[in-house]
Amino acid sequence: MTQVVENIDYKFDVGSLRNRFPVLDQHVNGKKLVYFDNAATTQKPDIVIDAIAEYYKKYNANIHRGLHALAEKATAAYEETRIAVQNFINANEVEEVIFTSGTTESINLVASAYGRKFLQKGDQVIISELEHHSNIVPWQLICEEKEAELKVIPIDENGDLDIQSFESIIGDKTKIVSINHVSNALGTINPVEEVVQIAHEYGAVVMIDGAQASAHVDIDVQKLDCDFYAFSAHKLYGPTGVGVLYGKRALLESMSPYKGGGEMIKEVTFEKTTFNDIPYKFEAGTPNIADVIAFKVALSFVEDLGDKKDILSYEQSLLSAATEQLKDIPGLKIIGEAKHKIGVISFVIEGLHHFDIGMMLDAKGIAVRTGHHCTQPLMSKFGIEGTVRISFSVYNTLEEVSVFIESLKQIVEKWR
Amino acid sequence: MEIKENLPASMTDIQNEIIEEFSFLGDDRESTIFYIMELGQKLPELDGKYKIEENIIKGCQSKVWLTADLDGDRIIFNADSNTDITKGLISLLIKVLSGQRLEDILKADLYFIEKIGMGQIIGSQRSNGLVAMIKQMKLYALAYKSKLS
Repeated sequence: MTQVVENIDYKFDVGSLRNRFPVLDQHVNGKKLVYFDNAATTQKPDIVIDAIAEYYKKYNANIHRGLHALAEKATAAYEETRIAVQNFINANEVEEVIFTSGTTESINLVASAYGRKFLQKGDQVIISELEHHSNIVPWQLICEEKEAELKVIPIDENGDLDIQSFESIIGDKTKIVSINHVSNALGTINPVEEVVQIAHEYGAVVMIDGAQASAHVDIDVQKLDCDFYAFSAHKLYGPTGVGVLYGKRALLESMSPYKGGGEMIKEVTFEKTTFNDIPYKFEAGTPNIADVIAFKVALSFVEDLGDKKDILSYEQSLLSAATEQLKDIPGLKIIGEAKHKIGVISFVIEGLHHFDIGMMLDAKGIAVRTGHHCTQPLMSKFGIEGTVRISFSVYNTLEEVSVFIESLKQIVEKWR
Repeated sequence: MEIKENLPASMTDIQNEIIEEFSFLGDDRESTIFYIMELGQKLPELDGKYKIEENIIKGCQSKVWLTADLDGDRIIFNADSNTDITKGLISLLIKVLSGQRLEDILKADLYFIEKIGMGQIIGSQRSNGLVAMIKQMKLYALAYKSKLS
């Protein structure tokens, strides 16, 4: 039966959808598992798990160089994922899709290969207060190396980016703007189109960290006109250890390689090496073949779910229900109430440490995230050490939200 | 053998007592977590003046402050944390090690940790923290020992 929430009839049936995720069907600490840590990583559908096994069982071979049948098959499958990613983000050309180990490596690649080449002393790089450490530290490193300045766009008390401040910070010295599409700690959906537009007026390139966006909002890199876009397969029902870096062709071609090794060369002599074309120039060494191949299956799984708007509005129905009920719990404060959010709620409870809450929820079979979520500057902004974070995926249900709320109420009643 | 009334029981007796207490909780994780948190809440709070950077144990996810005072050839440990679970864990260590002789602390075999299945209860991150706490307590014993000799 299709689950109907707030009169929206979803194309996907949550009940049978859950059956596609073997890991969800289990008891943890004697209780039925409630998995609310989807912003950390989503669970994997059966077809993705099968695709990994299938590769190793039937056509494991190193790609691109072999002439034999298995190598041909593996290469074709690997490159099919690249086309699937191109379609998923609507990239203009398939060569603009580079496989990495994850969002973190994608950002490091741009910081190193683009930043090292084009940043000059006195230039500026702009990030925001909402960033994950992986979109802070690579820029700090390159700014230090190139004696460039790292500037930060502030957010307001709700967790929304302060675009006016951005406009006052940005200038002719700004060479790179790197912000997330969606905040991992607060769930804020950032106005990335506006950021790109403003940055381009000043001639700066824009990198978008889409780690938290890919499973929830539409990504159209051409419409967005961003210069780089990064995301990870594992937050999108795919395997761990696979990431994507999209970059505009001209920019990727202008950049020097980030890592040296096999695959990324045209010709090597001891005197000089000429480099391969994009995307291979940035894919040194044997890649994560099995997981890249399985990632294509994850992308087709997402496609079959239907329109991203439907996915988001379903997850937001969970978000509204949970937000409303959480507000009834005495002493509970939600951190981050931005105008546009994905299904992520960060909260603190007066008199109860987030680690203790996390442990007690785990004892009740509920998986949540606790801590600073790799956003220590953001936590400092709110004057806290960390939060409890719940994050929804398409397979979560209103019933699970009720179980969570009931469990949290029991914890608060017993311990506060 | 001279026995002073205010001296703690032997480490073996205390550890066996803890093992017995935990055995009543069985396999129920929730009761076990709650029990450890209750122990934590019973641990007297450390005065604010001791909650300073130099008393923080490095390697713990939560904040843990530990003090060690010499009393003859024995050490009195006091500790605090910002989370109840961690306070509960320290309270167990204090129960076993505080008031014991330096020599005994140094060679203490804290077998109760494995016997009660602490690794499974608290997970790998906190287990590392627990190891850091024990290490720090033994380091205090070592430091006092070299000071006395």
